[in-house]
This record gives sequence, C-alpha cells and structure tokens, in this order.
Amino acid sequence: MLRYISRRLLLTIPLLVGISLVSFLMMHMAPGGPIGAGTDLNPKATAESRARLKAYYGLDRPLHVQYGRWLGRMATLDFGDSFSPDGRPVVEKIRERIPITLTINVLSMGLIFLVAIPVGVYSAVRKGSLFDRISTVAVFTGFAIPTFWLALLMMILFGVKLGWLPISGISSLDHESLGTLGKIADRGRHLVLPVLLAGFGGLAGMSRYTRSNMLEVIRQDYVATARAKGLPERTVVFRHAMRNALLPVITILGLSVPDLLGGSVIFETIFAIPGMGQLFYQGVMSRDYPLIMGILTIGAFLTLLGNLLADVGYALADPRIRQG
Amino acid sequence: MSGSPGIGRDFARRLLRNRLAAAGGAVILFFFLVSALPGLFASHDPNRIDIVNILRPPSAAHPLGTDDLGRDVLARMVHGARVSLKVGFVAVGIATVLGLLVGLLSGFYGGWADAVLMRFVDMMLCFPTFFLILSVIAFLEPSIWNIMAVIGLTGWMGVARLVRAETLSLKERDFVAAARAQGAGDARIIFRHVLPNTLAPILVAATLGVAGAILTESALSFLGIGVQPPTPSWGNILTTGKDNIEYAWWLSVFPGLAILVTVLGYNLLGEGIRDAADPRLKGR
Repeated sequence: MLRYISRRLLLTIPLLVGISLVSFLMMHMAPGGPIGAGTDLNPKATAESRARLKAYYGLDRPLHVQYGRWLGRMATLDFGDSFSPDGRPVVEKIRERIPITLTINVLSMGLIFLVAIPVGVYSAVRKGSLFDRISTVAVFTGFAIPTFWLALLMMILFGVKLGWLPISGISSLDHESLGTLGKIADRGRHLVLPVLLAGFGGLAGMSRYTRSNMLEVIRQDYVATARAKGLPERTVVFRHAMRNALLPVITILGLSVPDLLGGSVIFETIFAIPGMGQLFYQGVMSRDYPLIMGILTIGAFLTLLGNLLADVGYALADPRIRQG
Repeated sequence: MSGSPGIGRDFARRLLRNRLAAAGGAVILFFFLVSALPGLFASHDPNRIDIVNILRPPSAAHPLGTDDLGRDVLARMVHGARVSLKVGFVAVGIATVLGLLVGLLSGFYGGWADAVLMRFVDMMLCFPTFFLILSVIAFLEPSIWNIMAVIGLTGWMGVARLVRAETLSLKERDFVAAARAQGAGDARIIFRHVLPNTLAPILVAATLGVAGAILTESALSFLGIGVQPPTPSWGNILTTGKDNIEYAWWLSVFPGLAILVTVLGYNLLGEGIRDAADPRLKGR
C-alpha cells in the first residue's frame, strides 16, 4: 500500500511542474506582460517607473531565472498583489472567499449522495420498470439542462412569483440584528437555491453512474451464487451487490472537483454569492491577471489533490487496484 | 467504415429502430433547417429595435414576445440557433482533430512520445476546464471565433485518451500485422487500418461533444464573455432575461428550452450511436 501511495505521489511531481509552466507561460502571454495592465493604462507611468517595476518583478532577467522565481513564489502561494483598487495580496483575497464556496459544494455533495445513490441502485435493481424509465428520462434531461437557466427559472418561481426564498447574496440586510438562531435560519434560506443548483449536475451523473455500476455487479457470478444458495433478495442486493457497486463511487468524489469549481463560477455569479467563483469572474471581467492566475493555479492544485485522494481511496477500498 | 456494406446497413437499422435516438436526430435536423433558412421561421429582423414595443409578452405579432430593446425574441432565437450550431461544430471539429492526432501518435508509437503526450494530457486535465476557458478569454477579446477556438483547444483530451486506447489494441491485431507483412508503411497503417476502426467511438464522443460545447457557449454568453451582442445567441438572450427577471419571464423561458432540447437531441443521438455500434453495451 505504501509503495502504491509513494509511486502515485511521484507521478504528481511532473504534473506540478507542468501546471507551474503553463501558468507561467500564460502570465507572460498577457498583453503587456505581468505588469502591463498596471502601467499601460496609467498615464502617470513614465518609462523610468516602468523599468523600475520591471526590475522589481525581475522581468529584466532571462526567462529561466524568472521561471525559477515563479516556482519559488508558487510554492509559498505568493501570487502577487491584485490589480484591483484595493491592491491586496491575491492569496489573502482567495483565502477569505474559499470557505463559502467549500460549504456550498460540500452540502450539495451530501445532497447528491443522499438522492442519487438510492435512485441509481433502485433503477438498476428494477431495470425496465416505470421508476427506472422515469428516472432515466429525468437523468437525460438533467444532463441537458443548462444550470444557469435552471437557476433563472428557480429564481422566477421561488423568488419572484412565490416569494419564498431570497435570490441573491448569503444574508439579509437585517442579518446583524438577528439572534443566533435567526442568523442560522437566514443563512440557510439564502443557501437553499445555490446548494440545489450546485448539486443538480452531479445528481444526474451520479445516479447514472451508480445504476450502471450496479447493473455490472448484478451480472457477476458471485451474485448469482448468492441468489442460488437461497439468500433473500434484500441481502443479495444490499450485502453483496451494492457494496461492490459503490466502491468506484469514491473516485467520483475526487474526480468531480474541477466540475464543482467550474460550476461555482456560474451559480455564485447568478446568486451574488461572495465566494471564490465570483471572485474569479470579477477577476476575468476586470482582467486582474495576478488574481486569475492565482485562482487558476489553486484550482489546478485542488484538482490534482482530488485525483490523488480518489486513487488512494480506491486503492484502500479495493485490493485489486494496488496489486496492479 | 470498417468492412462490408452489410455492417453499415445493420448499424443504420439499429440506429433508426432506437426511437429516442431517432427523435434526437429529428431535433438536430430541425435546428439545421432553422439555421439554414431563418427567414422561413421568423419574419422579423433580429436586430430591429422598436422602442415602442419594449418587453411585450408573447402575442400574435411577436409569438415569443420582445426584449428590452423591442427586438423580436423569436427572430433572435432563430438566428441564435445558427450561432450555437456553428460554435458546437467548429469547437468539436478542432477538439476531434487534435485528439485524433495525439491519440494516434501516442498509441501507435508508444515509448517516449507516448509518455510525453500523455503527461501533457494529464496536466491539461488538472486545470478545471471552465476556469481554463475563462482565463484564456480574459487574455483575448471575447468573440465567437475565440470562443470556438478556446472550447476546442480545451476539449481534446478525452478524445486523445479514447483514440490512444483503441489504437493500442488495434495495432496488435492480425490485420495490422498482415498489412505490415505486405510492406505497408506507418502512415498507411495508421490512416488506412487503425483510424477507420476508431471512428465509431469518435463519432459518439463528437456527438456528445457538440452538446457540451453548446452548453459551454451558452454559459459563457450568459456571463457576458461569450458571443457579444448585438449578435444574438441563446445564452445572451438569457442575460436580458436575468436583467428583467421581475417583468419578463418569456426572455428567460424560451431560449433555455431551446438549449435544453438541442443538447438533449445530441445526447440521445450520441447514446443511440453507441448502442447501435456496439449492441452489447445497450441499456448501460
């Protein structure tokens, strides 16, 4: 097991180097280079101050020296200062935005597991039944629905027509004046729609995935054996089939990191939620290059971490993997 | 494709017998027709501003209502269909060609080339696609051409892995050895013997890819960093829908339905092609 993990860790090193190289090159592709947006638009920036800035950021050095510095800064998560008027360090801005994004994604992940796994298992066990057909249609529709459109429809229905739920932000104007319970309830009401939305795409994928794994396992010989020795169908399904069918689901958790991050840009922008996704969107709109590169790099790190956890988790659960 | 015409006919029959796939195909054909002959489906000019008739609900004159500048929503959606189609096909074309080349080279030659190319694929997959697309757009001007290029250039990795896996098994088969024995060179073996046998899975991936590209384009346009107004696209009509969410539901409902139906059509057809090409996988 240890050997498997260390081999898996070694494999991530070239990937880390690749990520740093790509982000370094992208930074240099930016119009005007890393300091362009800060100086080109500024009429007060003289040629002399520009040269001083260049020297400060080391842009007068050869490329490989610059890349070395970039590597060093990346290792310490130092992505420089944001171009926005507050000019604060990028990493600080990201750090204060991550918790809310994480909260919403973890909650929606819980929702996905609670709903999708029973649906997938049941449709596989009752393959071809009315329930299976309805859930299959629902899954296909779920794959095809643009999340942002669904968000709009929910905002119209629950926010505008029915007035049940707030459609923007994460707290009401009077949030500070509420008691502890009131604060929790207020925050909860604001999170209902975003969590539903964030989980929606995964719901369809996960229930389909569970269903096809389950179908695969049910055909295996040992399931037939379990049936043949007269075990009740419940035991066969839950003890023998489901346990093995759900093993690969572990990997899905890790592998869905990039999709969740991408999705948070969309729903955080729509619902005006001050998370990392919205920060990224604002960065793109204002061409805040250090911020963009910082979030892109952190996103890649998180994805890499997700892949690693998925592989290790799977190897822990399934001995066949670590042999091979 | 591979082998005798009988296999192709079998494939077509299985595909047409699959009612869902046929329905998907019909939807796709319908939107092709709409894109080719927009005048047939909408009589208004999609860009004609009419400040007297702003945000009018659906009526006989404007079956799907008007937007915040009094433009006919049906006309804008009909012309937007062409945008979606164009983005979907060009982006997937780029991704497929790139993925094919990388996959064929990697799978066929193996060794050093394979190691480098596949590590590159792994690395590209580390960047969340939507993040990557947004970052590149931030460096470029948002335009329909840049959107197509960016979606294509960030979407080839899946095809590359698929083609590589197919190539790895195909190159060990007897017919490749036979071609080799007859003196065929690498290029001939790759393009005449290996490539045609990878077409079925590629077709499936490309069909599903069009659906994905249309979804991505609409999301980007919705966020204001995709197709730029006044060029109509389903995504940017939805932006006006969000801006007028309290007064004009029709701006939010109809373009989304169009996206949903189109994407569903490509997904159903793609699944249908998969089942027809390999009936063993049916219902999975």
